[in-house]
Amino acid sequence: MKRLLLVVLPLALASGGCSLIGTGEGQSAAPEPEPGASPGTVVLVTHESFALPKKLLRQFEDESGLDLEVRAAGDAGELTTKLAVTSDHPIGDAAFGVDNTFASRALDEDVFDSLDVALPAGVEEYVVPADGGERLAPVDVGHVCVNVDTTWFAERDLAPPASLDDLADPAYEGLFVTPSALSSSPGLAFLLTTVAAYGDQWPAYWEDLLANDTLIVDGWTDAYYGDFTQGGEGGERPVVLSYDSSPAFTVPKGSDRSSTAALLDTCSRQVEYAGVLAGAANPDGARQLVEFLLSPEVQAALPTSMYVFPVRDDVELPDDWAEFAEQPADPYVVDPDEIAANRDTWLQEWRDLVTR
Amino acid sequence: MNRRLLGLLALALVPVVVLGVFFVLPVSGMLALGLRPDGVLDPGAVVEVLTRSRTGRVLGFTLWSAAAATACAVVLGLPAAYVLHRTTFPLRRVLRAALLVPFVLPTVVVGVAFRQLLRDGGPLGVLGLDGTPVAIVLGLVFFNVAVVVRVVGGAWEALDGRAGQAAATLGASPAQVFRTVTVPALRPAIVSAATVVFLFCATAFGIVLTLGGTRYATVETEIYLLTVQVFDLPAAAALSILQLVVVVGLLVLAQRARAVAPVPRAPARPRRLGRSDGVPVAVTLLLLAFVAIPIGSLVAGSLRVDDGWSLANYAALGTTGDREALQVTVTQALANSLRTAVDATWMAVGTGLLVAVVVTRRSRTAAERRVRGALDGFFMLPLGVSAVTLGFGLLITLDEPPLDLRDSPLLVPVAQALVALPLVVRTLVPVLSGIDDRQRQAAASLGAGPLRSVLTVDLPVLWKPLLAGAGFAFAASLGEFGATSFLAREDFPTLPLVIFRLLGHPGELNYGMALAASVLLASTTAVVMLLVERLRVASVGAF
Repeated sequence: MKRLLLVVLPLALASGGCSLIGTGEGQSAAPEPEPGASPGTVVLVTHESFALPKKLLRQFEDESGLDLEVRAAGDAGELTTKLAVTSDHPIGDAAFGVDNTFASRALDEDVFDSLDVALPAGVEEYVVPADGGERLAPVDVGHVCVNVDTTWFAERDLAPPASLDDLADPAYEGLFVTPSALSSSPGLAFLLTTVAAYGDQWPAYWEDLLANDTLIVDGWTDAYYGDFTQGGEGGERPVVLSYDSSPAFTVPKGSDRSSTAALLDTCSRQVEYAGVLAGAANPDGARQLVEFLLSPEVQAALPTSMYVFPVRDDVELPDDWAEFAEQPADPYVVDPDEIAANRDTWLQEWRDLVTR
Repeated sequence: MNRRLLGLLALALVPVVVLGVFFVLPVSGMLALGLRPDGVLDPGAVVEVLTRSRTGRVLGFTLWSAAAATACAVVLGLPAAYVLHRTTFPLRRVLRAALLVPFVLPTVVVGVAFRQLLRDGGPLGVLGLDGTPVAIVLGLVFFNVAVVVRVVGGAWEALDGRAGQAAATLGASPAQVFRTVTVPALRPAIVSAATVVFLFCATAFGIVLTLGGTRYATVETEIYLLTVQVFDLPAAAALSILQLVVVVGLLVLAQRARAVAPVPRAPARPRRLGRSDGVPVAVTLLLLAFVAIPIGSLVAGSLRVDDGWSLANYAALGTTGDREALQVTVTQALANSLRTAVDATWMAVGTGLLVAVVVTRRSRTAAERRVRGALDGFFMLPLGVSAVTLGFGLLITLDEPPLDLRDSPLLVPVAQALVALPLVVRTLVPVLSGIDDRQRQAAASLGAGPLRSVLTVDLPVLWKPLLAGAGFAFAASLGEFGATSFLAREDFPTLPLVIFRLLGHPGELNYGMALAASVLLASTTAVVMLLVERLRVASVGAF
């Protein structure tokens, strides 16, 4: 009979438990304050790559007297789409992580309120031209660059490729792997690089790339870890699309040289922005949060926490970054307005090219 | 309306409300946003999208790949269901638990493992399958074959062996017994399993992109592209509607194919493997090898550090990764996953049981039967509708009191329960509908009340499938990624989310940890499944 109880009890619990849903009582986690219910809470909506040292976040809470709640999910595209469809009832107070490829969508959909935050020195360079720093504050900058496995080329006594043109050179046939522009944000950035470099001729360049047996895979992870020779999974391609900071992560133990290098003539710039959401429950808290993201402490923590460079020019880089992660002097930049106007066409044209 | 009907309606109320709030409302909200961007319905836009030649190609590829994968899963899964659920041999339970492992593995990890095998220079590179539709179909089979083994195996276990024995005594060959006795009796379970597998395959996302190298688009990947990359909500809504129409059509067909007269059931004693079992054993071995190879390469990868063997990746699971890639440690994420899965499981089993009871009671009129049929299909819908549409829909519809739920910690388990619910229902329905209503009537005429008749008639038969369904729901929740990644909170990530995050961060240790965490997820699932199996055996003696 005891065993019978074992059967009946969970069933009874289960059917009784269902009624919980109607009353919205939490079961799986500690109770949580309703959003906007307390003026002492500020909610930051961001993407899944967001990370800052816990100490800094606590420091913000102590200094502002606010409870910071971070809601991080999805990539930059998903984040922007979420913000765009919820602009009537924002899902938080401030947002971080909309990048230059998606900025125009957020601005068009009136996602952000005016900032009223003074931008620190060096930051103007990165504002969205159409916005001028009115609603979107640049927070970090990174570059999507072609990376090469220098060891692989050295072992073969071969000069590694250096430019976009080289990637289409038959001498480097079958060596390049890149994530798809359709499903990956560095992939899209690389498509924009080629648009900036070749103008209307970019489809012809891609045809050359494809003819040179360029491999297109789903995402950065597949490309870097699965197919790149330095990725650890026995990949067979020594040229991969990644970031300017990637070489800092491939310094073998006990060595003072990275086994990979970023090709600085193949880079395009990715800037991430923060802003105050229109209709936020706590706009003042949101403003303080944006100022916090621009503070020297947070800016200095960006390389180690999120693998991106600070936008302020007055903070120091970590040692291994200063040594191994070189920023391109003159990266390709496509105007967000132009991206907004042509993204759809470019993506469709690119899709037709690579899928044939 | 008599009391009986009212009682059934009351039972159906809770599941219907849950699905209404967490599925119908969000999906219709998102469709409305797409179709009426300025408050005016524009049917022309829908027609324009549906008549694009690309839409036809995308739909065609979706249906083809899902159908091919379903067929393979059934062909491989049936013999394995027989061997693992109807015969007895050492390690049988371990194998049953192990077969469920692929079901929970993160698609990115499996994708990388598959591509390692298939690409030029890989062990199976000579086949030239890398980036082909065949690779996608193989990946889909890998993930979903467990559904066939579980659902059909559960029904097969409860199948009365005497009809087959009688046929054999009368001179039927084993093949004839299988064709004329076993298959008809199992048809509801086979159709159930195939339906679920088809819906899973038709809405697969990650595996299509990873193994197809984005060269092949399905309706699901296209909806994602249109919503997130292009922000063409009208076109995305049009495709979502197309998806819904196809899924509803499929469910209606499945319902027809499933309907059979109840088959009497009396759990048969599993028998020893014999010489006549050669073919099913061979197929089962093939299936096990197919499942084991990618898992093996995953385990090997997790143990490699700097060209040597080491447990360093596992030792690091108590940390937050290289340069604090994570907000919580991997072990904490595992605890989060288990807690969420427990919640999702009781939700799915509770509602699933109610749904199964409601849809399997014998209908007295044709109208009643149709209502039951519609309800049955209704609860399958979450499997067949785009996770993108549902995810964004949740954000835009559950935003105002009394339904201000989009920040509720309950949302993740509820979303996972929606995915697990059809698995529970499909495991229970074939068994419940096999119970002859006359047994309940007999119990009633002997003086048993409704509760007593459930305890003595339904429960003894239902008990094992119920546990199987619960285990299945638990596994589905542990491995769920799509909805969870959309809804989970930063401070409470589940294991699959943490694996995904590790994979997205540079650093060899992070990659190694992601592999080790995948092995941890897989072995946790296998252990939970084994425990469920043990419980099942212990319970049989109670009745």
